[in-house]
Amino acid sequence: MTVKEKFDSMDYGPAPESAGEALEWIAARDSAFGLYINGEMTKPGALFDSRNPATGEVLAQVTQASADDVDVAVIAARKAQKSWGALPGHARAKYLYALARLVQKHSRLFAVLESMDNGKPIRESRDIDIPLVTRHFYYHAGMAQLQDAELPNREALGVCGQIIPWNFPLLMLAWKIAPAIAMGNTVVLKPAEYTSLTALLFAQICDEAGLPKGVVNIVTGDGRVGEAIGTHEGIDKIAFTGSTNVGRHIRRATAGSGKSLTLELGGKSPYIVFDDADLDSAVEGLVDAIWFNQGQVCCAGSRLIVQEGIADRFYAKLKARMGKLRIGDPLDKSIDVGAVVDPIQHQRITDMVNAGAGEGELYQAPCPLPDQGCFYPPTLITGLSSASTLMQEEIFGPVLAATTFRTPGEAVEIANNTRYGLAASVWSENVNLTLDIAPKLAAGVVWVNGTNMFDAAAGFGGVRESGFGREGGWEGLQAYTKPRGKAVALKPVAPVAAPKDAKVDALDRTAKFYVGGKQARPDGGYSQAIWAKSGTLLGHVGIANRKDIRNAVEAATAAKGWAKTTGHARAQILYYIGENLSARAGEFAARIDAMTGGKSGKKEVEAAISRLFTYAAWADKFDGAAKPVPMRGVALAMNEPVGVIGGFCPDEAPLLGLVSLMAPAIAMGNRVVLAASQPYPLAATDFYQVLDTSDVPSGVVNIIIGDHVTLAAPLAGHLGVDAIWSHSGADISATVELESAGNLKRSWVNNAKARDWMGAAGEGREFLSHATEVKTVWVPYGE
Amino acid sequence: MKSEPQTTSDEGLKASSDQLPQLALPRNPGMDLDMNWVRAVQANTSAIERRCATLSGRRSVKKDYQAAWLLKAITMIDLTTLSGDDTEGRVRRLCAKAAQPVRPEIMAALGMEPVTTGAVCVYHDMIETAVSSLKSLGVTMPVAAVSTGFPAGLSPYHLRVEEIRESVRAGAEEIDIVISRRHVLTGNWQALYDEMRDFREACGDAHVKAILATGELGSLRNVARASLVCMMAGADFIKTSTGKESVNATLPVSLVMIRAIRDYFDATGYKVGYKPAGGISKAKDALVYLSLIKEELGDDWLDPHLFRFGASSLLGDIERQLEHHVTGHYSATYRHPMG
Repeated sequence: MTVKEKFDSMDYGPAPESAGEALEWIAARDSAFGLYINGEMTKPGALFDSRNPATGEVLAQVTQASADDVDVAVIAARKAQKSWGALPGHARAKYLYALARLVQKHSRLFAVLESMDNGKPIRESRDIDIPLVTRHFYYHAGMAQLQDAELPNREALGVCGQIIPWNFPLLMLAWKIAPAIAMGNTVVLKPAEYTSLTALLFAQICDEAGLPKGVVNIVTGDGRVGEAIGTHEGIDKIAFTGSTNVGRHIRRATAGSGKSLTLELGGKSPYIVFDDADLDSAVEGLVDAIWFNQGQVCCAGSRLIVQEGIADRFYAKLKARMGKLRIGDPLDKSIDVGAVVDPIQHQRITDMVNAGAGEGELYQAPCPLPDQGCFYPPTLITGLSSASTLMQEEIFGPVLAATTFRTPGEAVEIANNTRYGLAASVWSENVNLTLDIAPKLAAGVVWVNGTNMFDAAAGFGGVRESGFGREGGWEGLQAYTKPRGKAVALKPVAPVAAPKDAKVDALDRTAKFYVGGKQARPDGGYSQAIWAKSGTLLGHVGIANRKDIRNAVEAATAAKGWAKTTGHARAQILYYIGENLSARAGEFAARIDAMTGGKSGKKEVEAAISRLFTYAAWADKFDGAAKPVPMRGVALAMNEPVGVIGGFCPDEAPLLGLVSLMAPAIAMGNRVVLAASQPYPLAATDFYQVLDTSDVPSGVVNIIIGDHVTLAAPLAGHLGVDAIWSHSGADISATVELESAGNLKRSWVNNAKARDWMGAAGEGREFLSHATEVKTVWVPYGE
Repeated sequence: MKSEPQTTSDEGLKASSDQLPQLALPRNPGMDLDMNWVRAVQANTSAIERRCATLSGRRSVKKDYQAAWLLKAITMIDLTTLSGDDTEGRVRRLCAKAAQPVRPEIMAALGMEPVTTGAVCVYHDMIETAVSSLKSLGVTMPVAAVSTGFPAGLSPYHLRVEEIRESVRAGAEEIDIVISRRHVLTGNWQALYDEMRDFREACGDAHVKAILATGELGSLRNVARASLVCMMAGADFIKTSTGKESVNATLPVSLVMIRAIRDYFDATGYKVGYKPAGGISKAKDALVYLSLIKEELGDDWLDPHLFRFGASSLLGDIERQLEHHVTGHYSATYRHPMG
């Protein structure tokens, strides 16, 4: 074609990024890679092919790690952790800084390798992925520097097993490794089998940075390697990013193992467009929401929810924009949509669209596709409803499902009508509307008039079946640290057995449950006697079954207005509870002493009153943050209530234990269903009378009595419960974690370790962070 | 380029005075002021800026394509001199450059026939000089004149209207008017509409470019609304700046204006042209602008009849890039004839 013809056609023409350096890098390693363990590359073992999805060509061969390899890596990491964790923060900061610099220095090699391995457009790997990687290491170099001063009471978890997905291979590596090693952990990381190459290049970077041997270990391979990591006894923490199904499997596999766990899973994120939005900008936002990385983004705005009056116009604009998308060679600089990662994914997307598109109207952009390779056209399906499969199921491809709404309330309802809760976008020029909607959305991240904004300073993570834990920011460090100190084993407390010579008061006293602000009889109609050490019958309590749990959760769910009350109002109620408890302090102390046969009742009641005051104080002081993200705008980290929290109260401190769980939870706006101390339940049943007189709205606090072992599965497994805490004396940690997998609720269990409820460990920020979800609300601004 | 009218209008072809020169495109007749539409316009600044910031990373034009695009850019330049010290000699030199913007051997090496810039743009007093020198150079190229009390637009209203008529009589085929910014800043859209209507009428067959002076309008939403009102009042082109404001053409302003053009076309079927002016001095910037137009408006607008650069120093940078393309060596300014 002559210049004249090009002058007439004004086509873009090819603009290829060179693959030469990346291919040379691979060739220089004989196109076969071993594992990176203890600072060295092992000899290649059982190899599998790593292909370029845009061409189908084999790029390199990568080792399938064995269980033994994982063992060796974990041992190396364990050995390294001692000295790595003992380094001053500044020393670790220097290493992280070096890693950041080195990634930056090799940025184009990383970008090209990433695009070849994964299929994403070079623009994205070059302008988004790699810059975010360096940003993450710089940011966490700073966290290592500040650790000693700012987190003196927390320490590293130990060895972290990290399993990452193929959609952002190096970025997810950075999100996992940077905070982990900054805080003094060492890691065994498994990249996804489709995309191992940039992780192997990163191994080289670790060497260049002089990182001590064993701090970072990289083992490649498929799900079997992940399984070996997930179930390895030498690992203290698992961090996983990937599909909800695998996340659920990991939750079950690690249940009861004592491992910490964070999961960043799937999503079906809503993208809400109000009629007063800048429609052209909202259309452009969708390009970044659903056609970014071929839609293979966990937080992709994949559910378009548009106001009915503008829907047709918006769809027309969107279709016109889709026609301008360029699909093809990921290494071409003018490509918007690259290749889907693997033929298996391509088939999955195709199958889902073929099966579900009939429920609406299918539109595929008339963009020419390359003849070969895993390319899927940008796709829009309008006219769907919430009941449509494509509105509910994650497609993980460049497919946008659309529906309409009438009112802001309905928009929220549709947006939240999902099992997921990762991210959401809201488009409107009305600040009142957007800032009203953002807190109402069930999501860990909300973007106002934007989408897919990320930064190391801003927390990222989900609620519901999108997982738990945050990555980025101060909140992200929770996932890689624990409170200092060595935990001791919890001594179980047995109930007082029925005496041979029972002393029974003539007046029968039957304590009930407290459900929805009312005293409730046990559904099953069974009761048990509670005896004093002295042999006196203190009373009977009902024995709860799963239906009592159902009723209690229903009551808690209905009390959702509590989340909207002000911190000041919640504080007033907590103070009032303290006041009323104080008025009956003597009676409570005597009851505790009678049940336990001890003399600490008075002290426990005083501690409980103090604790109520502590959380009354916190109710309006657990501040969020405005994150200094590199943007004109604010990223607000808002501490939101988790929702309905189920809790098993400590056995040994019947009143204080209950208050220690209840008070932080309700102070933060949660509703609770608490199973009281099993051996000493009467402090709880007395306590509901205090609640009754303290203006606690019905359903905010629900108390049931029963066998914790029996109740563990139904409460932890209840799909309407958002978090489950177990501080029970019964050995139920494994059951609770296992059953929590159903809706992937957050769990917090004691793993049969004791806690000093009277002391500082019994209250404070640790409890508050379990009682809240950090929601990051991005509000770019500018006129 | 397309010779068919790309319009949904069923009015068909009108008299030649209603059409853009050389193209059988119907001229935008304007419409009644639609305040519902104007008020509904939104422009989200940060989202617009993000789109612009990523555009240069999304589109890249290389090698022969780049040379072709740069040549296209030359044909879209309104080669401009708007200085108090302009003289007839200066204007004749400018016209000579406009008539032959690139050294012939470079054009030959590219296998291209000669091209000219889109127009020359001068003050009223230089119109006759420009017209006669272009005629003597044997090129057919419109002369554009800035008018209506350019750049501030604050001279007596009847004189502003009369200035247009004088310029048309002097031989200007394109009139670049300046709007009264105060009408925008005070939300007096009716006044802006009426003013634009009068200016359009005074232009007669000459084509009218409405300079919004976007750097003085305060917000992108105002830019969008002013764009729309001027199109409703019959502007043939909307143009960013006089070149005299402290902030002239920017990508965000351009995006807002061309989206307004797109909406106007969708609603009426009439294609209005776009002219960013001031501050575009690098070949690379010109490529980004062209890709912005191609992405947001489409190929039809990649044509001098619907797109112009108001620029004086851009041409020099393009010439150097073209020589580099032809020779493989970076060029120097003095190797190219001055305008």
